[in-house]
This record gives sequence, C-alpha cells and structure tokens, in this order.
Amino acid sequence: MRELSVEALVENLDKVIAFVDEELDRLETSVKIRTQIDIAVEELFVNIAHYAYNPQTGPATVRVEVEQDPLAISITFIDKGVPYDPLAKADPDVTLSADEREIGGLGIFMVKKSMDSIDYEYKDGQNILHIKKII
Amino acid sequence: MTINKTQDGSKLEIAIEGRLDTMTAPSLEEEVKNSLEGIKELIFDFKGLVYVSSAGLRVLLSAQKTMNKQGTMTIKNANEEVMEIFEVTGFVDILNIEE
Repeated sequence: MRELSVEALVENLDKVIAFVDEELDRLETSVKIRTQIDIAVEELFVNIAHYAYNPQTGPATVRVEVEQDPLAISITFIDKGVPYDPLAKADPDVTLSADEREIGGLGIFMVKKSMDSIDYEYKDGQNILHIKKII
Repeated sequence: MTINKTQDGSKLEIAIEGRLDTMTAPSLEEEVKNSLEGIKELIFDFKGLVYVSSAGLRVLLSAQKTMNKQGTMTIKNANEEVMEIFEVTGFVDILNIEE
C-alpha cells in the first residue's frame, strides 16, 4: 500500500497522477487502462480540490493498493471536507444534442463507466471514495 | 499540451498535441474564444492528442455550440483512447468526427 497526501489544489493534479502512474508502470498496464485510470484520478481529485473545502483548502490523501486474483488496482481518495457523495447525482443524459447538453456530472459519469467498482462512504468526518479497476 | 493554429480565410484548423486536462483546458478555451469570430469552418486535428478529461470535453462542447450558430466543426485523427471517451460520453453523436 502506498499513500500520498497533498493539499487539495488543482495545481497538485500532476503530482497525484504521477504518483498513481508509478504503480501503473510497475503493473505494465495497457494504454487504454492507463488512460481510464488517469481520467478517473483526475476527475475525483479535481472534484475534491473544487468542492471539499471551498472556499478554503485542506488535505487530500490518495491511497493506492494492488490486489491479486484478479489483478486489480484499488485507489482510495480521502478528504476531511464537507460531506459529499458524488455518486448520489443523477447521470447526465448523454443522448441530448450539443445545444441541449450541459457538461455537469460528465466527469463522475466517465469514472462510473470505466471502473469496475466505485463506492463512497462518509466516516469519522471523512469523505472516502474508492475505485477499483481490474487490470 | 501544444496548440497549433492554421487559418485560411474563414477556415481555421487547430492541431492539439499532448493532454487536454484540467490544467491545460483553460488555455485551449481561451484560444478558441479569441479565434472563432468570422470562422465558418473549424477543424480540430487530434493526431497528437493522447488524453481528454471532462475539462477538455467542456471546451469542445462550447466550441460546438458556437459553431452550430455560424458554420461547421469537424474533428479528425482522434486516436482509439480519445474515441472511446467520445463514445462513453455520447460525444460521438454531437461532434462531427471524421473517420
């Protein structure tokens, strides 16, 4: 298990992605899976950076674990911000035309579609969001 | 991310290389906002684009909405990973993507 704690600022996104990518390098994942995981990490971390402590800031922890049988990467995002369940939001209607489309909710929707599992809990004053991708 | 623009009258081609993400999308948004006046044909060349997140999709949607009022917008040379993102999000149906 590896863990990175950073201040929840979008400026730290590259640092967080690089931290997760180190693990993906070791696992020699395909470009497709790496892209899906990078996108999930970006969407979830940026969500925390934008909303968890707004207008202040605070810590965000990213925990990476590798599971066997089946081989999977498990990533947990933890913040101490306001309780917020991103999974509670309805999925966007992806069949609307460009003029009718709103962009909100698209990021978390992409995460739901590309990961094998995603779950959220609020515990001991922390938002804990967990994703898993079978490699 | 690097942005290369080629303009020929009312036709504008924007080639993007690298990652279109939360950190880089604002510069493309700025570029698009300042370039579309009088443009009737907008082409995005995604040959060098390796990654697009929702922040990038937001910019593309906004460009599409603008071009719907004044002309056409086409995307060409999107790679497999980028195409998959367009498919999952339904963007294949709202963007004009050249195979």
